[in-house]
Amino acid sequence: MRERGEVPAIDAVDRRIIDALQGDFPICDRPYAAAAEKLGIGEEELLARLQSMLERKVLTRFGPMFQIERMGGSFVLVALAVPEADWERVNDAVNAFPEVAHNYRRESDLKTPFNMWFVLATETREGIPEAVSKIEAATGLTVYAFPKLKEYFVEMKLSVRGAA
Amino acid sequence: MSASDDLDRRLIVATQAGLPLVPQPYQQLADQLGTTPDEVMTRLQAMLARGTIRRMGAVPNHYAIGYTANGMSVWDVPDEQIDALGERIGALDFVTHSFHRPRALPAWPYNLFAMVHGSSREEVLAKVAEIRALLGDACRSHDVLFSTRILKKTGLRISG
Repeated sequence: MRERGEVPAIDAVDRRIIDALQGDFPICDRPYAAAAEKLGIGEEELLARLQSMLERKVLTRFGPMFQIERMGGSFVLVALAVPEADWERVNDAVNAFPEVAHNYRRESDLKTPFNMWFVLATETREGIPEAVSKIEAATGLTVYAFPKLKEYFVEMKLSVRGAA
Repeated sequence: MSASDDLDRRLIVATQAGLPLVPQPYQQLADQLGTTPDEVMTRLQAMLARGTIRRMGAVPNHYAIGYTANGMSVWDVPDEQIDALGERIGALDFVTHSFHRPRALPAWPYNLFAMVHGSSREEVLAKVAEIRALLGDACRSHDVLFSTRILKKTGLRISG
């Protein structure tokens, strides 16, 4: 669990690694050596820096990002309106479900009551309504599901900000 | 799992938390799964080509790379215009996701979602104002939900 403000330090080489390796990691016998060569560093240094960035949570993961829908599964964004007094109980109950892939607290200028937003990831389409029912039973709250009707094309990569 | 056979599935389970950080990661996966490195590499290439793997590499923590503010902007626009508007918003370089989603009336009138990342809340609000200007009369109402706390972030986990 990471609060705003706890930002681990990264140096110029870390930045170049992140910018260069958000996709297109080589598929060959020595992929780290191949990637390191392009970055002008050694294989051992790249491995050590990736390890360190994972431990410091600069990277959440290093590897394939799976598109679960292509495997018959589902990702669905859902929201709850959680009463403030009940926040901790609901948060613990929701996060205990393995189907909850990530979960954010959100607050808006217009004071929307929907203050907990999470993504359900399940291996089958049927898994989503099952997870919704279980979460409603566990929390006593209505789960509002916002499945995507259409995804518009975006460039997924973010470059590292200089001030980081 | 309909579109992938047993080895694909075992490969997903073996790599969903990350690739091995060793000089020959595909060799290590092959040893672990009882197959050859060539087979592992062929399977990964095929999953990339099919889109089962979106991309392979570093998944940064947005906060750690300077994007300390992230706003989910939500818009109520006419359904008959949403695809044209969604494509234009998705093309903006500060938007990382753009989706048409159902409304939940009466509490939730918004049908277009666009995730905006920036270094500060002010920067995100300035970007949201750009989207507002781009939408013009098509925007009937909108809101921005800032993430104030990450409560969980594990990504996809399927069982072995």
